[in-house]
Amino acid sequence: MRRVPLASRLAAYAGLAFLHFPVVIIVLYAFTTEDRTYQFPPPGLTLKWFRLAFERSDMWAAMRMSLGVASIATLAALILGTLAALALARSRFPGKDTLTLLFVLPIALPGIITGIALLSAIKLAGLDPGFWTIVAGHATFCIVIVHNNVIARIRRIPASWIEASMDLGADGWQTFRAVLLPQVGTALLAGGMLAFALSFDEIIVTIFTSGHERTLPIWFFNELFRPRDRPVTNVVAVIVVAVTLVPIVLAYYLTRPAEERT
Amino acid sequence: MNAAAATVPSAGGGPFRAISTFLYRRPTFYLLLLLVPPLLWLGTVYLGTLFALLTQSIYSIDEFTAQIVRTPTFATYKQLITQPANLDIVTRTLTMAICVTLAAAFVAFPIANYMVRYASSRTKAIFYVAVLVPMWTSYLVKVYAWRLILAKEGILSWLFQAIGAQGVLDAILRLPAVGGPSLASSYLGMFIVFVYMWLPYMILPIAAALERVPASLIQASADLGARPGQTFRSVILPLVMPGLAAGSVFTFSLTLGDYIIPSIVGAPGYFIGMMVYQQQGTAGNIPLAAAFSLVPILLIAIYLSLVRRLGAFDAM
Amino acid sequence: MNAVEFREVARAFGTVRAVDRVSLTIEPGEFFAMLGPSGSGKTTCLRLIAGFDLPDSGEVLLEGRDVSSVPPYERNVNTVFQDYALFPHMTVLENVAYGPRMRRVSLAERSARAHEMLDLVKLRGFEGRRPAQLSGGQKQRVALARALINQPKVLLLDEPLGALDLKLREEMQIELRNLQRRLAITFVYVTHDQGEALSMSDRVAVFNSGRIEQMANARELYKRPRTPFVARFVGGANVAEGEIARKLGGSSQPFAIRTESVAVLAPNDAVSSGFVAADGTVLDVQFHGATCRWQVRLDAGDVFSATCNAGESARVPGHAGERVRLAWSREHMVMLESA
Repeated sequence: MRRVPLASRLAAYAGLAFLHFPVVIIVLYAFTTEDRTYQFPPPGLTLKWFRLAFERSDMWAAMRMSLGVASIATLAALILGTLAALALARSRFPGKDTLTLLFVLPIALPGIITGIALLSAIKLAGLDPGFWTIVAGHATFCIVIVHNNVIARIRRIPASWIEASMDLGADGWQTFRAVLLPQVGTALLAGGMLAFALSFDEIIVTIFTSGHERTLPIWFFNELFRPRDRPVTNVVAVIVVAVTLVPIVLAYYLTRPAEERT
Repeated sequence: MNAAAATVPSAGGGPFRAISTFLYRRPTFYLLLLLVPPLLWLGTVYLGTLFALLTQSIYSIDEFTAQIVRTPTFATYKQLITQPANLDIVTRTLTMAICVTLAAAFVAFPIANYMVRYASSRTKAIFYVAVLVPMWTSYLVKVYAWRLILAKEGILSWLFQAIGAQGVLDAILRLPAVGGPSLASSYLGMFIVFVYMWLPYMILPIAAALERVPASLIQASADLGARPGQTFRSVILPLVMPGLAAGSVFTFSLTLGDYIIPSIVGAPGYFIGMMVYQQQGTAGNIPLAAAFSLVPILLIAIYLSLVRRLGAFDAM
Repeated sequence: MNAVEFREVARAFGTVRAVDRVSLTIEPGEFFAMLGPSGSGKTTCLRLIAGFDLPDSGEVLLEGRDVSSVPPYERNVNTVFQDYALFPHMTVLENVAYGPRMRRVSLAERSARAHEMLDLVKLRGFEGRRPAQLSGGQKQRVALARALINQPKVLLLDEPLGALDLKLREEMQIELRNLQRRLAITFVYVTHDQGEALSMSDRVAVFNSGRIEQMANARELYKRPRTPFVARFVGGANVAEGEIARKLGGSSQPFAIRTESVAVLAPNDAVSSGFVAADGTVLDVQFHGATCRWQVRLDAGDVFSATCNAGESARVPGHAGERVRLAWSREHMVMLESA
């Protein structure tokens, strides 16, 4: 073990504390008895806001909407993102760099641009914004997430494995099932979960594409400007954190290189 | 060995084998088959709509009827460039993006450095999870949490009071430009939130770049007589530059386009994202919103071409 | 009928002609080596036989049948890969039984055949291991067993011993040769190691820039190289071309002279008729145990090498900068085709 400079260790742990501080605070505030200000420390702790939050039918409706959007957007992204990754992982053709850029653009350019572009196109086309326009917007950046995850894994698979399989008598489909899928499966799962979490949490694009529909983040955003229901907002914040946390941690463990897993 | 033939008949194959063989003989067709669906999607839903938006920037709005006039004109761009308020917005956003990027790099580096170079493999795994979890925690919830923390009666004020440094906080808030009535309504507060929000996007590429620096290189540098500071400047920093550059693309781009954070935390001054949001929404001026969208796109294009030379794309 | 035949096969990658109108025939049961430096086209030829790549023009025939557009899984040819290409998520037994499984052979039968193959490569008892738990030599044997289980007509080996250390490599060379004789399968063996190619194979094709420079048995290649490239790459011989050939040999036709045919003399030593003499300056003398290798810069221009028995080299002190005279018999010169 090398000697670790104390300053280095302190800076690192201070940075981690900074990263986790707000998450801890949110959990704490979900239990505060104070319902008007952001007073710290909380004068007392209670569970009653959880009951109140669970009784809000508009929250449940928004939750259902978000789960539905995230499921369909993830499914579309899994199919389209995997196809793109399979096509781009190893092939070489003129203009490939430009295409690769296209698969980075939706996350490299600010979400607001995607949002307003979709909105103006929806208006131009005379469509009604709603569930399906939200899905269309989400699928666009979810494709990028799945594509990135899958392509990284495919590039770690030596070309000789595919060739060996076909050499031994397996056709393209058999090779996909027996060799490619077992190797890429976890990356697909991880990419899908990240895409789901991203969609479940998305607001920047969604505000433009949702019309009168409300996903959970939009519901939450509206609540922020209504101080009356502040304790319920706090509770929903904790629920949202809990819902997104599970897929994220799972995705991390699924995509770690095998040698680190032991 | 029995006397098998040189080729094996495709017996017992079924449709999948027939399709496999068909595609094997036409690799270009196979590639197209894979590429066309995702390209069609991104081409229409992303590029197509983006193009549709940018075309609208050459239209203008009739001031009396509030209707879009569909004749090509530079009037909207002229309005964008000549109004000093618009220029202020661009400068304000750009300044914030640059400050946030620099600060994020400074905070991120020690964390990445420690987790890659000093931590045991177990601690390292914990660090990775500890960076990923806040990164993927709900965006809105994190912003909201900061409003709680920065509020006048919130935890930071309480902390300053508890250690008897109320005066320091007041002095900071009285500073021109960065100050305000409370941290939650000051540029300083907004800055802190931006740095916080994009920090993991900076840590991860730096850590990835550090992982690729072989330990033997650092030992060689020390062996040749370099002090740790010299090794850092002349070996580690140049090798980590692509990672830093990749991280900065995220912090820069995300700050430029964000409109939620400035509307929840921060001073009343407008940012590009808010302006775009407001122009298409309450003001109903889609041409101006479209023209304004071009500003971050251009700034990011310029930024990308600058950091490309630092190897940012290889590290993404 | 030929096991493998190429008719004017060409394959280019962009502007690089990886295989440039190559024609060749490989006999059934032959141990055929493709030798050449990296990028010379030998591996591309192997991939064209396996079906991993398709020719741009020309025909690839297996047992007389044109397979130019037959996919790998319908060719009765199997490959041992340079990196072994064992599937990491399968056990040794599953890896070996992969071929029959893909051809829908019943579980009982394919297991029995896989066990048989593991016996053949002396890996009984390793059935349940994963590739990650094997040494390089063991992986090599699994790859071999996996490729042989389908009873291929032709076995393709792509630098199969490249990743092994010297001792293991020599053992495997003998073992592969014995295995080939026993099974009487055609082996096509790609290597950049000329020693390996010469010692193992019945015939060798020497590749350079996408073309075959010479195709012959080991003895012939060594004794009668046809081109300057073959003389240098296979025999490690001194080659004189152009102006230097005229100065030393009297005509501009290039010639080769093997290093062991070159004697090192003192500067003013007389040379009998029928011998060629060339003066020069010693660059270096390397000691190789039984022999010494002299590097001499000739006054005519080139650097020539001479291999002497270690005992004989005492005649001239072997210091760098020393003047020497090299001499060789005209009879030992091999005239080459000009490039």
